[in-house]
Amino acid sequence: MNLTLKIWRQKNANDKGKMVDYQIGDISGDMSFLEMLDLLNDQLINKGEEPVAFDHDCREGICGMCSLYINGEAHGPDRGVTTCQLHMRMFKDGETIFIEPFRAKAFPVIKDLVVDRSAFDRIQHAGGFISVNTSGNTIDANTIPVNKHDADDAFSAATCIGCGACVASCKNSSAMLYLGAKISQFALLPQGKIEATDRVLNMVKQMDEEGFGNCTNTGACEVECPKGISLENIARLNREYLSATLKG
Amino acid sequence: MSGILNSSIGRKFAMALSAFFLMVFLLQHFTINLLSVISEDTFNNVSHFMGTFWLVQYVLQPVLIFGVIFHFIMGFVLEVRNRNARQISYAKNNGNANSTWMSRNMIWSGLAILAFIGLHFYDFWLPEINTKFIEGDMSGLLPNGEYRYFEELQHKFVDVWRVVLYCIAFVFLALHLLHGFSSAFQSTGANNKYTKGLQGFGKAYAIIIPLGFVFIALFHYFNH
Ligand code: HEM
Ligand code: SF4
Ligand code: FES
Repeated sequence: MNLTLKIWRQKNANDKGKMVDYQIGDISGDMSFLEMLDLLNDQLINKGEEPVAFDHDCREGICGMCSLYINGEAHGPDRGVTTCQLHMRMFKDGETIFIEPFRAKAFPVIKDLVVDRSAFDRIQHAGGFISVNTSGNTIDANTIPVNKHDADDAFSAATCIGCGACVASCKNSSAMLYLGAKISQFALLPQGKIEATDRVLNMVKQMDEEGFGNCTNTGACEVECPKGISLENIARLNREYLSATLKG
Repeated sequence: MSGILNSSIGRKFAMALSAFFLMVFLLQHFTINLLSVISEDTFNNVSHFMGTFWLVQYVLQPVLIFGVIFHFIMGFVLEVRNRNARQISYAKNNGNANSTWMSRNMIWSGLAILAFIGLHFYDFWLPEINTKFIEGDMSGLLPNGEYRYFEELQHKFVDVWRVVLYCIAFVFLALHLLHGFSSAFQSTGANNKYTKGLQGFGKAYAIIIPLGFVFIALFHYFNH
């Protein structure tokens, strides 16, 4: 395949940045999207140009490090996959591909396609944990019976890898699918109940302070999420928040 | 409880509550309008009752006006905040791949409804206030001794351009509700085994009610 790539280039956080065109050939449909970018970077390095910076780590869809807004969609046109799992066979020979960083005020660009997603870490630190005694007499989590249905839903919520595709796809740059997942994974389990009120109030407060927008239920996040996190988690977040507000 | 409107989810909840209120009001308004097609007398009687009963006039009407104002001001506030949350837009964004046009353009369908509400107030509400509170005529009667409501309604639908404007506004109302109805339930945290059915009902509501208003407008245009 021969492709035209339109890639966002930005030297550093203060640079204005712009879209730059690149031509690339010899792309096989079996390559992943990141392998295609590796090839482009080899060519740029050989020509003595600055390679394109992009995030990645596991390259198997589990770490949440890769990002990219490809042809107008987070993680590209395929469903249920991250950019590292996206195959080049999703594109046609001669196609022009737009490659942009995830955009949100709360995710500032560091360089080229790399954005700072530490806002998610700060939301997590505000309450995305449970307090367990680990001083040697830790109780096995399996000794507390959990309804199968709740256990399954909590597990589904816990598959969120914190990639930020939900924020990137949302017209409002809302982080509520992410937060819905982080709240649900605890709200559904007995271990999570103890700190439930403070957790949701503090995490929502942190989310608002980071400058994410407000959910208007367009549902774009659910469609683009590589882990299929459902909008039910946002409804649960809303319920948890309302009951916590009434209590606390 | 304090400062609930200062949080993103609190605002979302307040938006949904005002929307529920407006949707109930819309149903009530539609029912009364429909009477004008069925029976002139019943329409006149019910209109007179609504226009003179203290609970409707001095309690429900102010609540309604507050509800409408609250809803669109909150709509603007959310829109501005949400636009601010992304300062550089995408060079290419494929919104149709993951969401409906209606869900992405609530502010535009809302603004069209707001413009219509302006026209509608000018057409019916201002003359009503003028007759009742400036001229002080609470009788609801014409000089010939008959009720004035049906007569006044018919007069408004003589002008073809007004009928066209009304019909266009109802199309925007339908677009607004096609997303809004089920969205309001999700905002209040209701997402469960009834959601699928509710979405279907919402689609029906969003199409049937505005279509009914269009029918009523056209009916009076062709029957005056
Ligand atoms: C009879 C009139 C109206 C009805 C029945 C109505 C109904 C609704 C409903 C059901 C929602 C969804 C609420 C939610 O998602 O929680 C909504 C949202 C919205 N409305 Fe209206 N609306 C009306 C008039 C207006 C007007 C005049 C505006 C003025 C700009 C407006 C602007 C908005 C906006 C921007 C939203 C999206 C906010 C969000 O989803 O959080 N609406 N409306
Ligand atoms: S909810 Fe989905 S899209 Fe959002 S951060 Fe988690 S895995 Fe990524
Ligand atoms: S690189 Fe780890 S999920 Fe893509």
